[in-house]
Amino acid sequence: MKLTKILMASSALTLAGSVAFAESHAMESPVAGEPMADSMTLVSWGGAYQASQQKAYVEPYLEMNPDVTITWDESSAEAVAKLRAMNEADNLTWDLVDVVASDAIRLCDEGLAMEVDHDEVLAPAPDGTDASDDFGDLIVSDCFIPQIVYSTTVGYRTDAEGWTGTPEDICALWDLENFPGQRSLERRPIGNLEWALLCDGVAKEDIYDVLETEEGQDRAFAKLDEIKDNVVWWTAGADTPQLLADGEIVMGSTYNGRLFSLIVEQDQPVEMLWDAQVFDLDGWIIPEGLPEERLNRVMDFLWFATDTQRLADQSKYISYGPARDSSAPMVSMHAELGVDMAPHMPTDPANSENTFLYNYEWWADYRDDLDAKFQAWLAQ
Amino acid sequence: MADTANGTAFVAFERVQKSYDGETLVVKDLNLSMPKGEFLTMLGPSGSGKTTCLMMLAGFETATHGEIKLDGKPINNIPPHKRGIGMVFQNYALFPHMTVAENLAFPLEVRGMGKSERESKIKRALDMVQMGDFAGRRPAQLSGGQQQRIALARALVFEPELVLMDEPLGALDKQLRETLQFEITHLAHRLGITVVYVTHDQTEALTMSDRVAVFDDGRIQQLAPPDQLYEAPENSFVAQFIGENNTLEGVVEEIRGDHCVVKLDSGDIIDAKPVNVSEVGERTKVSIRPERVEYNPERLQQGAHTLKAEVLEFIYMGDIFRTRLRVAGNDDFVIKTRNAPDQVRLAPGDQIEIGWLPEDCRALDA
Amino acid sequence: MTDATAQDKIAGPTPDTAIRDAERADGPMLAADGRPLKKSLASALRRQKIRALLLIAPLLIFIMFTFIIPIGQMLFRSVENQIVSETLPRTVAALDGYDSESGPPSGEVFAALTRDMVVAAELKNHTRLGSRLNYETTGLSSLFRQAGRGVDDIGEDYTDAFVDANEAWEEGETWVRLLANEGWIVASDEWAAREEAAGRGFDELPPRFVFADGVEEALPRTTEMYADFAAVLRTEDGDSPVDEEPWNIVYLSLYEDLAANPDAPAAFEGAEAELLAEAAEIAAGLEPFDYTAAFEEIDEDWLGEDVWGTIDAFSSDYTAGYFAASADRKLTPDGIQPVDEDQRVYGTLFLRTMLMSLGITVSCIALGYPVAWLLANLPLRTANVLMILVLLPFWTSLLVRTSAWKVLLQQQGVINDILVWLGLVSDSNRLIMINNQFGTIVAMTHILLPFMILPLYSVMKTIPPSYLRAAKSLGATNWTAFWRVYFPQSVPGIGAGSILVFILAIGYYITPEIVGGTKGVFISNRIAYHISTSLNWGLAAALGTILLALVLVLYWLYDRIVGIDNVKLGG
Repeated sequence: MKLTKILMASSALTLAGSVAFAESHAMESPVAGEPMADSMTLVSWGGAYQASQQKAYVEPYLEMNPDVTITWDESSAEAVAKLRAMNEADNLTWDLVDVVASDAIRLCDEGLAMEVDHDEVLAPAPDGTDASDDFGDLIVSDCFIPQIVYSTTVGYRTDAEGWTGTPEDICALWDLENFPGQRSLERRPIGNLEWALLCDGVAKEDIYDVLETEEGQDRAFAKLDEIKDNVVWWTAGADTPQLLADGEIVMGSTYNGRLFSLIVEQDQPVEMLWDAQVFDLDGWIIPEGLPEERLNRVMDFLWFATDTQRLADQSKYISYGPARDSSAPMVSMHAELGVDMAPHMPTDPANSENTFLYNYEWWADYRDDLDAKFQAWLAQ
Repeated sequence: MADTANGTAFVAFERVQKSYDGETLVVKDLNLSMPKGEFLTMLGPSGSGKTTCLMMLAGFETATHGEIKLDGKPINNIPPHKRGIGMVFQNYALFPHMTVAENLAFPLEVRGMGKSERESKIKRALDMVQMGDFAGRRPAQLSGGQQQRIALARALVFEPELVLMDEPLGALDKQLRETLQFEITHLAHRLGITVVYVTHDQTEALTMSDRVAVFDDGRIQQLAPPDQLYEAPENSFVAQFIGENNTLEGVVEEIRGDHCVVKLDSGDIIDAKPVNVSEVGERTKVSIRPERVEYNPERLQQGAHTLKAEVLEFIYMGDIFRTRLRVAGNDDFVIKTRNAPDQVRLAPGDQIEIGWLPEDCRALDA
Repeated sequence: MTDATAQDKIAGPTPDTAIRDAERADGPMLAADGRPLKKSLASALRRQKIRALLLIAPLLIFIMFTFIIPIGQMLFRSVENQIVSETLPRTVAALDGYDSESGPPSGEVFAALTRDMVVAAELKNHTRLGSRLNYETTGLSSLFRQAGRGVDDIGEDYTDAFVDANEAWEEGETWVRLLANEGWIVASDEWAAREEAAGRGFDELPPRFVFADGVEEALPRTTEMYADFAAVLRTEDGDSPVDEEPWNIVYLSLYEDLAANPDAPAAFEGAEAELLAEAAEIAAGLEPFDYTAAFEEIDEDWLGEDVWGTIDAFSSDYTAGYFAASADRKLTPDGIQPVDEDQRVYGTLFLRTMLMSLGITVSCIALGYPVAWLLANLPLRTANVLMILVLLPFWTSLLVRTSAWKVLLQQQGVINDILVWLGLVSDSNRLIMINNQFGTIVAMTHILLPFMILPLYSVMKTIPPSYLRAAKSLGATNWTAFWRVYFPQSVPGIGAGSILVFILAIGYYITPEIVGGTKGVFISNRIAYHISTSLNWGLAAALGTILLALVLVLYWLYDRIVGIDNVKLGG
């Protein structure tokens, strides 16, 4: 898959050493000079992620544009439903919304997000590469402007009792003999079914073909049955780190950034398993139907906030990989901890030896069906 | 108030004290005994301890000290439901979710009485209070007076020998109250039950009771039949609490047997009957009932002391006239005269002279 | 019995008797101003009524907008299904009488689908329809997305054929001259002049396209597609068709019109007639287009029964499909069928929601009754202090309270630690008290307890202590006095508390979501999922409607069994 190649390449560049780029905002945004609104509401996830956005590009942008006020709304988790409600009420209060890629696809399908020409609205790389090439395959929808690559992966306690050996691959989740104890998995089919099939001996490239069939689905659920009694199902990203810290579980899946802060910032006896990490993307969408002046402001901000330097800056604050190819070499130290961020990136070559790509289009089709099956299975 | 040693007493309080907070006594050293069949009223202002006494007798409060005996047996440790005492409450306390008949059946049921026996008793009890047609009604469908009759019937239906009534007529209007006072007294006497009745209404106490215990400050101030209580109050509290009363304050000048002379604070001299005074120079409150004051000098005894009075107000009340006077500096001196054809009607501003028989004027404690 | 009969003893005139007397007299009674008394009274009352109505108007309007209208919308949404017939009007019409068991539908249907999809793809509606139908049949989402991309090219060969013959066919102007009414051309020119003059910020829409006389009869298919083309251009881009080359499907339609009716050019005059005659000749040399094959090429699934069965089953404006899904059923061309066993979830969830809410209500009664009794019988000052403790949970955020239960109940939590320390359970066998039904019941009982205690307390407060005393004085033991006298009078409080707690409980979702694990979640969690994640609002509305209906049925049952008069929130 091309996505992997891009991610690999970017990481390779990271290793080559980060080149110090001068503050370059040479090209002006395509809407420069047009009348613009002077306030903007950004929607994001809150917490450390939103803070990284605030520091990496919102504050610099406000410095350049002191007249502008930016308001945050921490509603990304309900963004799809809220945008639909706003659309029905014909009262759009958001200007730019941070969502995961699958939500972006959904919003695009629903006509709630605006389709953009990426080369037109996004800055090219410093070397002149078009934005669409710089982002490459990460542009999974015409409405989606990627920012970061994150992954869902597994963390485990290093002091778990009664273990033989250390977990080395994803199938340790199923190895109750060597690694007894409670696990946590996300309460949704996505990711879990793939892991189940992978550990049931299905080759990585065949997984979605197998999962498409009734037998394949049964096979995945049967595999999950093996550990069902030992699983705590999480819904919020903070759940697994908390459960790990409390000792409620011995291993569990969550976002890699959450594990980073658990391990590096909170210094908990937890290690991370990068095997079969499920890549996912997060980025902006522009709601459909913004009035012209507000849209101009959004375009101006987007041009700045998604350029190579800004995306690289964001990785100083959080361990998610920048979505631009050209940002990768600029990933450096954590702004406060002084830790080299590259080895904590899901895209680091050492971490991404065996990664798993989330098939957005496939899940858009099978999500409703499999979710019903998953819920029924959970309720049994 | 004496006969605590009387072995025949049906209900007896012996040196009973009650305190709720451990600091003040609500009932102080109460001694009381009553024979079977007596209708005794506990009368007093609120907070005087009368209701507490009733509740101790019923078993809802325990005496802090002393003993309560029923039919010669101490009942301090017997729970209320085993005392077999009927009780009527001020707000009737009829169970709202039961019909009249069910209310009456309740005490019989908890005693395990058979159905037919129950029914005949209920019928009898309802007939007794003339409510035979109301068996199927709910309390909320009855008027206040009807509810009180039912409450009475319920307290009587299991044939207790002692019935306690806690201001049972307090919520009713005057006319109804009078009717029921009469009915209750008759019923009590006819059935020969012993009744302890609590009220703060002195008229009620006087008209219904065999004896009245006047409570104040946790003590029985006087225990006597109604006529004695009215005509011969033993202290100024009872004198003022029972009936209307004129009070004049002064110092005892002279005592001669059952006659004394009192010099009022205004300097006037009056005659009185010494009740609570024993020596010359003692301060006293003299008490004169308004209807015993005479302002026709001809009717007064020879040599009796009189006082000058100015008429302040004359009120026509139908059967009587009520005249307010200023006497010896007291603006609230009231006299009552019968409306007779030859009676003089006074007018405000009239200057008159008043006097009384010395035995009607009681020199009490100050 | 003075009091019993007193009311009837009133003698003399009363207002009632006065009116009766008046009516006995001739004619209606008149008011002082000579109007009939009844009218006068009615107008006086009307003023009062209007004033009363004005006073409650703000509340009425508030309730209307926040309660009645949203519920109405929910009910409507649970059956509304116009998206299919609005997005695919031609297809739905062509499908009339289609039987999905006889294989894929005819070419006519695919021709209609092509036209609908071209318009839908231009309006970006096709993906929305795909998402909608994907709720019913897996795979339709991507099928529609692909088709949206593919239908653009359908008819391309015909476009090329016409344009190759005469380049004029490429020009928007050619089409306008051929099809438009002269009046429209003038209006369009004027509009273009205004646009030119205004420059930036011109937002007037071009005039609505009008066909010349007789064109629609001569070229029915072409004009039909061209009308859609002009309309989409007008509303989406604010452009006039004068400068735009039509869609490929318009060329294909022109071919079909000319092939079906070679005499069509006769309806035109001058250059247009010539142009059309030339086109008719080209058309005669072309093969008819195979729509079915075109869709087969986009994705062979388009020929499957599943797709057409679903479109057919959901082609009506209103559907029972959402309700069927709520009941673990499925709307198929053969009627409503149960879904596969491994997908049945709602029946279980409804039942579980009801049973657990009942459990929560019962445990609220068990815990709340003694507390309320204590509060009602303590001196007011002490009771007020304790009441603050009861109300304290109201002042803490729901999330905080629920999370606190997590800390208490989890396996490494406080309660387990204490039990292990006491030696009651061994370290390896710590109790599982959270992420299951137990956790949900415990946390929700805690959260809802005040709703039980408050009505109980206010009802108990009105039960005078003299009832218990009376019962005891009548010979009842403490228990009999409580059970026969006090308890029956507190039943209205239990009723009110239970209704409150039960109804609140069945609608809860945050607490079950956090502490419920997999077996302790409620139907509301599924509703929340469909609202915020799957976006299947129709299903969410249907589930919500069923929940509402269940509550109303229970309310009705309660009224029948206990009597709604027996509910008291206070004295």
